[in-house]
Amino acid sequence: MSVRARLRPARAGAGIALFLAGCAGPHHALDPAGPQARHIASLWWLLFWVALAVLLAVVIALLVAVLRGVATRAHSPREPGVVVTMTERGTVAAVTVAVGLTALIVLSLLTASALVGRTLAGLRSPDALSIEVVGHRWWWEIRYPGAAPSEQVTTANELHVPVGRPVKVRTISHDVIHSLWVPSLHGKRDLVPGHPGEIVLQADRPGVFNGQCAEYCGVEHALMRLLVIAEPADRFDAWLTAQRETPPPPTDPEARRGQEVFLAQQCALCHTIQGTPAGGRVGPDLTHVGSRQTIAAGVLPNAPEHLATWMLDPQSVKPGTLMPASAIMGDDMAALVIYLGSLR
Amino acid sequence: MSARGRALGVVAIVATLAALSAGCEREARRFKDPATPTQMSRDWLAAQRRGSAGGEAPAAPNPYARNAWAVSEGKRLFTQMNCTGCHASGGGDIGPALADAAWIYGGRSGDVFVSIVEGRPNGMPGYGGRLTVQQVWQLVSYVQSMSGQLRKDVRPGRSDNLYLGQSEQARRAQPSPRLEPARAPAPR
Repeated sequence: MSVRARLRPARAGAGIALFLAGCAGPHHALDPAGPQARHIASLWWLLFWVALAVLLAVVIALLVAVLRGVATRAHSPREPGVVVTMTERGTVAAVTVAVGLTALIVLSLLTASALVGRTLAGLRSPDALSIEVVGHRWWWEIRYPGAAPSEQVTTANELHVPVGRPVKVRTISHDVIHSLWVPSLHGKRDLVPGHPGEIVLQADRPGVFNGQCAEYCGVEHALMRLLVIAEPADRFDAWLTAQRETPPPPTDPEARRGQEVFLAQQCALCHTIQGTPAGGRVGPDLTHVGSRQTIAAGVLPNAPEHLATWMLDPQSVKPGTLMPASAIMGDDMAALVIYLGSLR
Repeated sequence: MSARGRALGVVAIVATLAALSAGCEREARRFKDPATPTQMSRDWLAAQRRGSAGGEAPAAPNPYARNAWAVSEGKRLFTQMNCTGCHASGGGDIGPALADAAWIYGGRSGDVFVSIVEGRPNGMPGYGGRLTVQQVWQLVSYVQSMSGQLRKDVRPGRSDNLYLGQSEQARRAQPSPRLEPARAPAPR
């Protein structure tokens, strides 16, 4: 037995383990965390079991036909070479039954799919929380509308939702078509320029779920990621209140120098920090950037060294990104990183 | 077929493939051009300024002259930075036309760079504090593509918005762009 042959079972085992590992975690449609995803998952399993039953029936029928053909030939010594087939009546009956069954199965699956779609469309709630998601190349802008303009919260790449409460997400795009997809919560919803859409999400358990752009939108499409953070209502409210606050002017001298660098360099032309003259709306709002888990739309963890890398050489992190490389060096960069980290 | 004939055939096929693959260069998206400086020094700008004034400083080579991606980014910035507000889409309005062969302050890469970074008298604002060096070079490249100074395959062939004019790629290169600054009017 060669080494390769001996390795074969091990490799198959590893493959199966990998496949099973894919069936759970923060990014899986078959590990639903909300009612919408549960309906979709049940439809998926229905399709899977029906398709499996059809496959087995076809394989068994094929085997029976082959074996019976062989057996018949073996028992016909008087007519060698002649395969005994069914009578014409029998053939007509078999084909009729098969066509009827196929039509029935396809129609029932279609009906099941339509019913699930209907149920999903009906899952609305008057007390749903309204959130706006704007797709940009290549990041997500998240807006929580407030009663007054001062209560509106704008953040990026992190969708915080309260557990157990439906969330009505308005999907907007101003450049190209993106698609919002959080597999653990719901199916996909396209963000079409000039045509706002809507999708209702609900997380039934606290946790962090991954989202991803699901419509090819340019070179960095694959690195356009989103975190959905589901928290109990009280913690969500605390988060929203904290996000509404304007950060106080930095007191630490390093952070104050960082703010000066931010405002003197090109940063302020694209980014907003509430409470400062920086009011650009081309890039993500940085008012509370220090409180986020990731930067660059989920590509890098939010850590000082990654912030510096991202600002100095963004093309090495996300080739093609619209974030320009900055020429901020040495102590200025260190101060800027401290300032951005202090925006919690 | 003789062995020699076969060898010749192989050489011919390889040569054809090599010639064809040269056409893929535009699609090779170079997001980082090692030649692009990230900082601009005062000395370099001063040298370019002397060049614009008719001095002997050599013209700075445009690092993005063959980079189609950078030129298209320049086109995006041209709208986003509101260059269109004065120059329209190259035909000129309040500001001078950029799609013709006339350059008031010179059409060489370094001249256009200085015009964008420092501004020019009678209305052109300086954008030095608002754009990074790479972004300025992207804009320089796009401005040069408007009058057909760049290679045709590098010039943008499409627009993100409704665009009534001819695409930069379809424009005919200006016969002999006068790249030197126009002579200043004689004082009265």
